[in-house]
Amino acid sequence: MSTATVDTTKSWSGGKSPFNVEYGKLMMWYFLMSDAFTFGAFLISYGTIRFSTNGWPDPNVVFKSFPFAPEGVNAPLVFVSVMTFILIVSSVTMVLAVKAGQEMDKKSVVKYMIWTIIGGIAFLSCQAWEWNHLHHEGAWWGRNPFINADGTASSTNFTNYFFTITGFHGFHVFTGVVINIIMLIMTLLDKFEQRGHYLMIEKAGLYWHFVDLVWVFVFTCFYLV
Amino acid sequence: MSHTAHHEENHGTGEIKKVTIILSVLTIVELILGFWMIGITSEALRLAIKGTIIILMLAKAFYIVAYFMHLKHELKNLIMTVVVPLSLFVWFIGAFLIDGNSFKNLRNTYDPYFKERSTIKVEKKAEGHGGSHAAGAAHGTADTTAHTKDTAAVENNH
Repeated sequence: MSTATVDTTKSWSGGKSPFNVEYGKLMMWYFLMSDAFTFGAFLISYGTIRFSTNGWPDPNVVFKSFPFAPEGVNAPLVFVSVMTFILIVSSVTMVLAVKAGQEMDKKSVVKYMIWTIIGGIAFLSCQAWEWNHLHHEGAWWGRNPFINADGTASSTNFTNYFFTITGFHGFHVFTGVVINIIMLIMTLLDKFEQRGHYLMIEKAGLYWHFVDLVWVFVFTCFYLV
Repeated sequence: MSHTAHHEENHGTGEIKKVTIILSVLTIVELILGFWMIGITSEALRLAIKGTIIILMLAKAFYIVAYFMHLKHELKNLIMTVVVPLSLFVWFIGAFLIDGNSFKNLRNTYDPYFKERSTIKVEKKAEGHGGSHAAGAAHGTADTTAHTKDTAAVENNH
């Protein structure tokens, strides 16, 4: 019985990695899968509370400000679109860095890693501005100045979930930027040239894309729907 | 299944460009739908737009995972160990959202206070915040002021 299975499946007959990926990269995939469940639990909890409530604040009224715009400007969705595109572009530069790494092109890896780090810092700055602005309007954990879309009194569920989930995502972006800076320093120190491969850049890239992926969901759940 | 072997070198800048354009277009369509939804009051149409946005969101997620994270180019065994556990989300999302909705319906049926509170309009307090002022104005429906007394009564109960 056992010999029969060994004969039919070549991948599992030993002598080579059945998944054809390096150990660290495989474990990064499993970590990201578990992280997907963490974020999923957050967002589903938010959805459950929203479904169990009669009214909910209108995101187009809450998120209608823009930096340096005059007070009281009505620009819904504009600032968050900027944030979304910043994250998409930084994801693209990360792909290009990974590709350059596979081609052992150190100069391009350095260039694209720097662009990715700049994108990450730009996103974090945008988020810092938005949090600060909302805090000035009176929104924080346990405080919600925004009434429901139908004009009824709102609870603090909206702000609690908003700050918890975007904060958790922002923390992921922050760790991603730190990891990318470490990768950039290691590249500059020729660590990967000595190893003969840029697999660490690929693993950092997986994490960075995951951060972008989570933003796709957070952006939709809080700002659009 | 034999062609799932190593072909990591086949996808280059062309694929990256293509996926970047797809992601940008999907995001722009999402935003157009979002802007369009601002003026719409029909509950059915709003629900349809929200559904469309969620489908576009899932499409974006697919392109990021499949191409930017290269999952599509991995061996099928690996794809399965990552994707199959994620199918738990079907139960996770369905069960919890239905539960939330059911809780709302039960409370609306059996908890008169909950039901009453969620029908009383709020008179926007004249505070110094410019932003919240505009928020009140945007929601200046005809009967905002009609229930001022009721609101005061509710707030006394707290």
